[in-house]
Amino acid sequence: MEVRFPSDERPPAWKVAFLQYVIAASFLVLLVGYWRLQIGQHRLYLDLAERNRIRNLPVIAPRGRILDRDGRVLADNFPAFSVQLMRESVADLSPERVAGIARGLQLDPEELRGTLQRTASLPRFQPVLLKQAATLEDISFVESHRVEYPELELIQVQQRLYPKQQVAAALLGYVGEIPEEMIAKLGSSYRPGDVVGKFGVEAQYNRILSGRDGMRRVVVNSRGQEVGLLSTINALPGNDLRLTIDLDLQMAAEASLGDQAGAVVALDPRTGEVLVMVSHPSFDPNDFAKRIDPKEWNELMSDPMKPLMNKSIQAQLAPGSVFKIVMAAAVLETGTVTPDYIVNCAGAVTIYGHLYHDWVFGKRPVHGAVNIHKAIRESCDVFFYTMGKMLGIDKIVYFARGLGLGARTGIDLPSEAPGLIPSPEWVQRVFKHKWYAGETISVAIGQGSVAVTPVQVAHTIGGVAMGGVFRQPHVAFQDQLRALGEDPPDISPRAFPLSEDTIAALKSGMWAVVNEGGGTGGAARCPEIEISGKTGTAQVVSQTLEQSAKSSEYKSTAWFVGYAPTDKPEIVVAALVIRGEHSAVAVPIARDVIKAYFDKKLGPKPPDNQMETQARVLSQLRPAIPPKQLQPASNGY
Amino acid sequence: MSDIDWFLLGLALAIAAIGVVEIYSTTLHSPLAGQHKRQIYWILLSCVLALVASRLDYHMVLEQTPWLYGGSVLLLAGLLVAGHSIAGTRRWLQLGPMSFQVSEIVKLIIILVVAAYFADRRTKAVTWGDLVKLGIFAGIPAVLVALEPDLGTALTFIPIVAAGVLFAGIRFQHIAVLCLAGILALPVGWHFLRPYQRERLMTFVHPRQNTQTSSYQVTQTKIAIGSGGFWGKGLGNGTQSRLGFIPVSHADSIFAAFAEEQGFVGTLLVLLLYFALLLRLLDGAQMAPDRAGAFLLIGLAAVLFFQVVLNTGMMIGVLPITGVPLPLMSQGGSSLLCTFLGLGLAMSVRARRYVN
Repeated sequence: MEVRFPSDERPPAWKVAFLQYVIAASFLVLLVGYWRLQIGQHRLYLDLAERNRIRNLPVIAPRGRILDRDGRVLADNFPAFSVQLMRESVADLSPERVAGIARGLQLDPEELRGTLQRTASLPRFQPVLLKQAATLEDISFVESHRVEYPELELIQVQQRLYPKQQVAAALLGYVGEIPEEMIAKLGSSYRPGDVVGKFGVEAQYNRILSGRDGMRRVVVNSRGQEVGLLSTINALPGNDLRLTIDLDLQMAAEASLGDQAGAVVALDPRTGEVLVMVSHPSFDPNDFAKRIDPKEWNELMSDPMKPLMNKSIQAQLAPGSVFKIVMAAAVLETGTVTPDYIVNCAGAVTIYGHLYHDWVFGKRPVHGAVNIHKAIRESCDVFFYTMGKMLGIDKIVYFARGLGLGARTGIDLPSEAPGLIPSPEWVQRVFKHKWYAGETISVAIGQGSVAVTPVQVAHTIGGVAMGGVFRQPHVAFQDQLRALGEDPPDISPRAFPLSEDTIAALKSGMWAVVNEGGGTGGAARCPEIEISGKTGTAQVVSQTLEQSAKSSEYKSTAWFVGYAPTDKPEIVVAALVIRGEHSAVAVPIARDVIKAYFDKKLGPKPPDNQMETQARVLSQLRPAIPPKQLQPASNGY
Repeated sequence: MSDIDWFLLGLALAIAAIGVVEIYSTTLHSPLAGQHKRQIYWILLSCVLALVASRLDYHMVLEQTPWLYGGSVLLLAGLLVAGHSIAGTRRWLQLGPMSFQVSEIVKLIIILVVAAYFADRRTKAVTWGDLVKLGIFAGIPAVLVALEPDLGTALTFIPIVAAGVLFAGIRFQHIAVLCLAGILALPVGWHFLRPYQRERLMTFVHPRQNTQTSSYQVTQTKIAIGSGGFWGKGLGNGTQSRLGFIPVSHADSIFAAFAEEQGFVGTLLVLLLYFALLLRLLDGAQMAPDRAGAFLLIGLAAVLFFQVVLNTGMMIGVLPITGVPLPLMSQGGSSLLCTFLGLGLAMSVRARRYVN
């Protein structure tokens, strides 16, 4: 033992000391390292630890519903899930991870990369929307890959639902992800992926409809599973918005216009309330609520009939003979002619050395001796050619604009088109040439460069029918906007001075259009309802070309604008059929809407319509109440 | 009873007790809840064995070295051939209800081998022959352990041999040649590393890459430690460990969980305890009655030092991640038992010190 383990030699002290120093130095380095983390960078790491465990999950506020005037739902919500990327949970997204996520969620990898790049500069705690309207497959992918992709989170959202699908789609508009330029706007509280109204009422009243998203602060574990709730900020739902639209009339108009391309606008000329707004061909706004697929989008965009256009306020077309009401008002008001002034119509007339045809030329017997009443009733072109020459372009422009044509009505919808009333100044500015006298003759029958929108036509004729008092068309009730804290647009009535005689002559002409023999709008005649109106057939090319070319592209635009009752108008309807060929196709549409209006008003009351029943009972019990307040019950038109 | 080094034992028990508390805290309300009780039983058992070992004459133990060494090599080889795999590694020897990590006891045996080898070598400096022999003695079990695979434990054999050689005396030429050989062997060694081991090394070199796997671990332990701050978040309040952001927060990563909950104050306390423990061992080495005892203590101090520095260093990213438990603190009976056995032998050496 002693031989194997001799005890005479001990380890040199310097070596032990050396080892002690090595140990001491190492521990000092360690302590410095821990000091730097725990004291020096404590704030940073505390923040990181909090972000690790706390997730701020948005609670999406449901958008307010859109209702018709009777409270029937036009736009609603339904619960769905969206997939969000919680970027705090992952330091870096490698290309493989991005590809994996794209595969799992069936997203285009390029698009996903683009989304990530766009959102790279946002604070990391803000989730990034990867996919709206997650399918069942997406949901199961996220749920089953919690470990592999803890950064994916499912958020309950309220998906927009348009129960009537294509009905009033152009009016209601659609919602979609907020465009970047809107986020970039100063003071914008929007985040990428937020849903906003992009068109129509949804865009116009986005502020009212959109609520304020809430937030849930939750504790998650390393696998992204929620293990606790810290605090909740409740979401503030958006406000419901009641429109002036009457769904019953809207449905009647939609059905009546059918497959034809065109628009129908019905206004209450007493208030300017829009009762109907149809634009065909339509689209299904539900397709926009989830991310619309590019193919469908391209189809909508390349359709020559422009389904995404609200033709009621955006289609700018020649009004054709509807414009004759403006002409008639101008000649009577200026005293250019008296109501019994006679023009002899031989089917054509030569003015400024050029032969102008009447629409009956070669088709029907000529009008013969025509006064203004007959000229309106039978839409005599020769009469108004003559009037145009006598008036001159400046007076025509003055009256057309005065009656509300060629300018935006100011309706509370985005992207209203102004239309155009050509004037010498305009020709000089745009075409750099002097006004040709012959152009005045074309303008006189609503052709040439004259362009109007359906809502303008309804507004103008409604104003004339009301004796020169024009009410601005609007789709939202003023008092409701005020109650919601919005500043309602000024819609105080605008009066244009027209003498009573002029009004009477115009109205009697329009009455004759429908109700007298030879009237162009006889098809609008309706038992029990006294409808007045004016037809219009506007060529899009010269008559010779129209006849030679069989293509439907060159077919004329059909117009009819009608109102009822004749004495105290309650509804004015402008119907437009693009490529309708003849105004006769537009007449029944306006008639159907007017009929639906009176059927609803006079017909058996639906049991839920208690207000009107009450009003009627009240009117019988207490005749002292002014009949104006009891309008729905009054039958005296 | 005065022969027992109560100071050393007290330090070890203090560290182990802190470990128990932290294991309790980090496994509470988790599927691993109750692990701290098993740890206490292991500590009690280890403590008894350490006291028994302290009563033994360490010379007697050293005489058994050849048998112990031969047996352990056979056991390691047997494990590789017939051992059943737990989580992809064959480290565990099943003994009835208990499983035991053989490589831990091999660590202790390597200490004995080095001590026994140098006990009767009286040359001023080691020769190439000594180096080759020791290299083979330590190399065979090291390769077997590395094949389990358990590179971390295999690495711990290196400081034992290195400390022994250093104390036996080594020429600078030898050191230079060994260093050169080591550098040349690096590419070869890289070839033998498993993918996850390579990744860990690469993560250490380039911490910004590989965020999701091994660098994720370092990031998360750093967040845990840094967020602890000066006073810590308090017992049971470590969100990083409790919510699973730190992997194996009760075992290899226990120090990160501890630093999160007890802050820099706790870190300082535990590192001081380890420091005192190591100095106590070196102190014992200086007073050892013979070379054998001195080498035994130096080997033990070297391996404990290596493990403590490696483990706590990798938590803050100054050293690469290797699966090395923190001696005395990490949950796990094998490591605990072997460490206490080593401390028992250390007490045995100290009991026979020269007293002037």
